Amino acid sequence: MNNDMQLKSLIEMSATDVRKCMKCGKCSGRCPAFKEMDIKPHQFVTLLGQGKVEKLLASKAIWNCLSCLACVERCPRGVAPANVIEAVRTTVARMQGGDGITAEEIPAEVNEMIPQQLLVSAFRKYKK
Amino acid sequence: MVFSYYPGCTLKNQAKDLDIYARKSAQALGIEIKEIDEWQCCGGVYTSSPDDIAPRLSSIRILAKAKENGGKLVTICSACHNVIKRVNDDMKNNADINLRANNFMQLEERYNGETAVLHYLEMLRDEVGFDNIKKAVKNPINKKIGAYYGCLLLRPNGVMAFDNPENPTIIEEFIKAIGGTPVVYPFRNECCGAYASLKNKPLADKKSSAVLSSAKGHGAEMVITACPLCYYNLKRSGEDLPVIYFTELLAKALGVDGDE
Ligand code: SF4
Ligand code: SF4
Ligand code: SF4
Ligand code: SF4
Repeated sequence: MNNDMQLKSLIEMSATDVRKCMKCGKCSGRCPAFKEMDIKPHQFVTLLGQGKVEKLLASKAIWNCLSCLACVERCPRGVAPANVIEAVRTTVARMQGGDGITAEEIPAEVNEMIPQQLLVSAFRKYKK
Repeated sequence: MVFSYYPGCTLKNQAKDLDIYARKSAQALGIEIKEIDEWQCCGGVYTSSPDDIAPRLSSIRILAKAKENGGKLVTICSACHNVIKRVNDDMKNNADINLRANNFMQLEERYNGETAVLHYLEMLRDEVGFDNIKKAVKNPINKKIGAYYGCLLLRPNGVMAFDNPENPTIIEEFIKAIGGTPVVYPFRNECCGAYASLKNKPLADKKSSAVLSSAKGHGAEMVITACPLCYYNLKRSGEDLPVIYFTELLAKALGVDGDE
């Protein structure tokens, strides 16, 4: 996929209007994973608006976003930064070798305590 | 009162208590919750990408079955509730998703979001009424209890419409109804770390212990939740504060928590 197609796809998958962002930073201020992010939630919004596809796809923050939607709830402009992050994460996970998790990473305690919900959602989030 | 009921995969396995006590309590309150037959896991996470149709299909099947059976679907697991309610909203309000999903599924009758999706707590509040629960209580839970909402019940509020996302009260009202004293603490709607506990444990642990120490610091003697993943994350975070499913406490209050 060339850059323009990739950008178009990211915009469609995000399903949120990044042009409405007024760069107040409230989304990042509320993010529980802020410290673990190389690109912050508000920067995802900005970078998508600028069409910086390569930079977005190289982000490590996509694996630390918790999809808690605190950013979405706080945004005064109705933008959904979490959707942009999810669009990037899904795009990367769909690429060959792009998976964020493998079956080998599941710890041995799996049968005892780990709820199905955790396995199912982690695999849905990190893998395609 | 008869409702369709979707337990979800975790309530059939690691979170059996959440399910068993919900059934016993419903019975004690004179409500029939009928499990939908032949359901599949909802997938645990909603996909925000409108091009992803396949992950929505199992939810649509559940919703369509509930539509045939009275039109009210009750869920308990916060994650199931979030996924199914949001997919229902897509079927109602997103013409493209609706068209593609319906074309693929070829149901007897097209599904257009007709089913009402209720969380068990909403059923208690809106269909039974907390006042009636108060009357049915045999063993008041005389404890200081912290409600843990987490994320999925509340957000995104535009679709979930569960409660005020920044200052919710439904679980506190529930606690009062079963004779407890609710403890309001700042981290009750903060994320517990979610599925990061598989990939980035230190992150999840930090988030979960912040929740519990916040509850403890405000005087809670226990914390209640509706989410098996919250339960798991909070329990393994290393803080010594009991974490209990809300349905177990309800059954205890109603006097139906024994093995009768
Ligand atoms: S959804 Fe992700 S980016 Fe948004 S606040 Fe939560 S962790 Fe941060
Ligand atoms: S909160 Fe909304 S408007 Fe503010 S920076 Fe984030 S996305 Fe932009
Ligand atoms: S959300 Fe979780 S518990 Fe509920 S059915 Fe899906 S995976 Fe199972
Ligand atoms: S695991 Fe975290 S994200 Fe999921 S419901 Fe619980 S609090 Fe919310």
